[in-house]
Amino acid sequence: MATWFGRFCLSLRPVRALYGLRNSCTAAYRGYNTNRATCSLPYLQRGSCLLQDRSGSCNENENRGNICHNFRMYATSQTVDPLEMRKFQAWVQKWWDEEGMFSVLHAMNDIRVPFIRDSLMSRNYEHDVGCPLSGVNILDVGCGGGLLSEPLGRLGASVTGIDPLEDNIKIAAQHKSFDPVLDKQVQYKSCTVEELVDGHLGYFDAIVASEVLEHVADVESFIQSCFQVLKPGGSLFVTTINKTQLSYALAIVVAEKILGIAPEGTHDWEKFIHPEELERLLESNGFVVESLKGMLYNPLSGSWSWISDTSVNYAMHALKTVAQEQPTDMGGESEQEQQKVAEASV
Amino acid sequence: MRCLGGSSLSRLLRMLSQSQGRALSSTGPAVYDVVISGGGMVGTAMACALGSDPHLQHKKVLLLEAGNRKPFDHLPENFSNRVSSITPGSATLLASFGAWDHILAMRLKPYKRMQVWDACSDALITFDKDALEDMGYIVENDIIIEALTKQLELMSDHVEVMYRSRALSYSWPPPYNNGKATPWVEIELADGQRLHTKLLIGADGHNSMVRSAAGMQSVQWNYNHAAVVATLHLSEATDNNVAWQRFLPTGPIALLPLSDTCSSLVWSTSPEHASELVSMDEESFVDTVNSAFWSNENHSEFITSAGSLLHSALSFFMPTGSSPRQLPPSVSRVEQNSRASFPLGLKHATEYIRHRVALIGDAAHRVHPLAGQGVNMGFGDVACLAHHLSQAAFNGSDLGSTKHLLEYETERQRHNLPLMAAVDLLKRLYNTKQPPIVLLRTLGLQATNALTPVKEQIMAFASK
Repeated sequence: MATWFGRFCLSLRPVRALYGLRNSCTAAYRGYNTNRATCSLPYLQRGSCLLQDRSGSCNENENRGNICHNFRMYATSQTVDPLEMRKFQAWVQKWWDEEGMFSVLHAMNDIRVPFIRDSLMSRNYEHDVGCPLSGVNILDVGCGGGLLSEPLGRLGASVTGIDPLEDNIKIAAQHKSFDPVLDKQVQYKSCTVEELVDGHLGYFDAIVASEVLEHVADVESFIQSCFQVLKPGGSLFVTTINKTQLSYALAIVVAEKILGIAPEGTHDWEKFIHPEELERLLESNGFVVESLKGMLYNPLSGSWSWISDTSVNYAMHALKTVAQEQPTDMGGESEQEQQKVAEASV
Repeated sequence: MRCLGGSSLSRLLRMLSQSQGRALSSTGPAVYDVVISGGGMVGTAMACALGSDPHLQHKKVLLLEAGNRKPFDHLPENFSNRVSSITPGSATLLASFGAWDHILAMRLKPYKRMQVWDACSDALITFDKDALEDMGYIVENDIIIEALTKQLELMSDHVEVMYRSRALSYSWPPPYNNGKATPWVEIELADGQRLHTKLLIGADGHNSMVRSAAGMQSVQWNYNHAAVVATLHLSEATDNNVAWQRFLPTGPIALLPLSDTCSSLVWSTSPEHASELVSMDEESFVDTVNSAFWSNENHSEFITSAGSLLHSALSFFMPTGSSPRQLPPSVSRVEQNSRASFPLGLKHATEYIRHRVALIGDAAHRVHPLAGQGVNMGFGDVACLAHHLSQAAFNGSDLGSTKHLLEYETERQRHNLPLMAAVDLLKRLYNTKQPPIVLLRTLGLQATNALTPVKEQIMAFASK
């Protein structure tokens, strides 16, 4: 029984990682309830701190450790003290451990990088296969530790990674600084996409928002900001979670309530989004949806694959429309947006 | 000559630009994408394969070789005593980056048939290819190296070669970047220079320093066998397109074609017998070799009759089944100073990869030469690793990441281990005069020889 339970936890370890990430990289988008995000951090800090202490970093220990800390979590206070912040630092260091808590996101690169690469390559016929994205300006929104920014940079793209959490940006910047090629290709900035609009109007060829949308407070205003920083004809790549009974069962009931691998309240099912809803929002804001695919994670092999079913995870590629001029009240609209952004980031 | 002058000039220029680069980059050691340690046949082929891959064309590759660049201004008149049997699979790899054309322009001998037979009975097995197809090629090692080096020089803009460079020590990075130490493998060279690389490939032979420095375990045993090699002249010119191998109780002896009148000898035997063979005068050496191929002194009547009984039974059921026995050519003299001997053993690394390290060729596996698989397994490693690195580069992955290196390891161990086990089994099976074993192997070999589909399977596997 104990081994069965252990194994089950092991297979769900990646799910926990996913939630950990989402929690961290999008805290600032939850304008209305940042408190909830921060109160969940102590748990993660503790869990990871424990991992750090065990130099062996054996998976099973990792899981057991986390289960223990689960119970302690409820006893922690809602305020974050400097000690906890230092522990959080230790957890942030885990971004680049390919077999650690972010292994699911590392594994996701195997399908999301080719998806982005092939979509962009098919629009540029004179590519060099050794450097297929050379000359392409990409914005990676919610870049975290730079897990997706780096591969895109290696493919030759000029990548700007942004994340509201300063600690993530520090890790990301430090990690790429060791590689002279990446150091040139990738730049990081601690800000939100709304804050980037000024000075980057129509600047990017592509925007990547991977595992971010499900935390955004106002998806429509997020999409509008993306629209503004994209070049006409530019691509928006999104990967996120669907709003179905299955995703409720997996992400909320199993992960949060039964196993407690994510603290209660990490995910708000109400904020998950149907692909149809996302498509509607995109099309009413000047995008055309180019493709939609389902994604499946196999915890046994630790790998992702494309499927036609989009009921849990899915990826979408949309293009900013080219010719059609936006209505004349565009300026007013963006002013409104700026206001919204200002409100959200307060 | 002009070409040679050009290449040495370009080397000089490259050295100049390197030293300049070193002077300029005061910020720290140069960072390479891939460093290959060991410029033998397998290591140089690895450099060529990486250098010619379109997905890797912007990567910085460095080949470290302890020796000098071997001078090779013209094809030597005499054959070298160190030769390799190159399978069609390896030839395809060499052709994929253009080195095979250089070999064709220099010297090689294709063979179309292989005959393996027992010294203790009449049992034999033959492997044939269609008239048009070659079963394999006997090529001198020096020629393979020269062809690879020539091809590598054409890629000098992104594949660097450092001759006379010896690694003193390697320091390994932590399993993932903790932001403090360098995340790359650091190599300290004997001249004090330090290099960083995202991936270190160990192609430094069976005593691999990369393997021991990385603490990778290996399984090994010595066969208490030494191989004697020599270049032999045949009594008369023939087509000479058959590779011959006879299993003597002391070990296998092989005669591999080099030209219409010359063949290369590889004789595995006890170390004492080997040193005796190397030191005896040329005439008695030739006599010993001829009798090793022709003598029937180890035959036993019982096994011979049992074998011929099975043979007649098989030919009754399958009248067209097996090819006829052919007789090996007789040797007239041995090339002066071509005799040499070296010890043999088996070694297999239990792991081929670690974070940012991969082993290829003899560094990962060393086999008995009796099946002519050694360098071909190494070339197989090269093709496989180059394929996975190319994929990784096209996916924007870190080349040193364990993920795709593991795929390389799994794929190669699945091929190499059964092959090594088979070669080891053959070696043990034929290293005895015990009648029951001789009887078994006699019957087994004859039966296998009659079963064409089985033979085809063996050939397909061994010619990869």
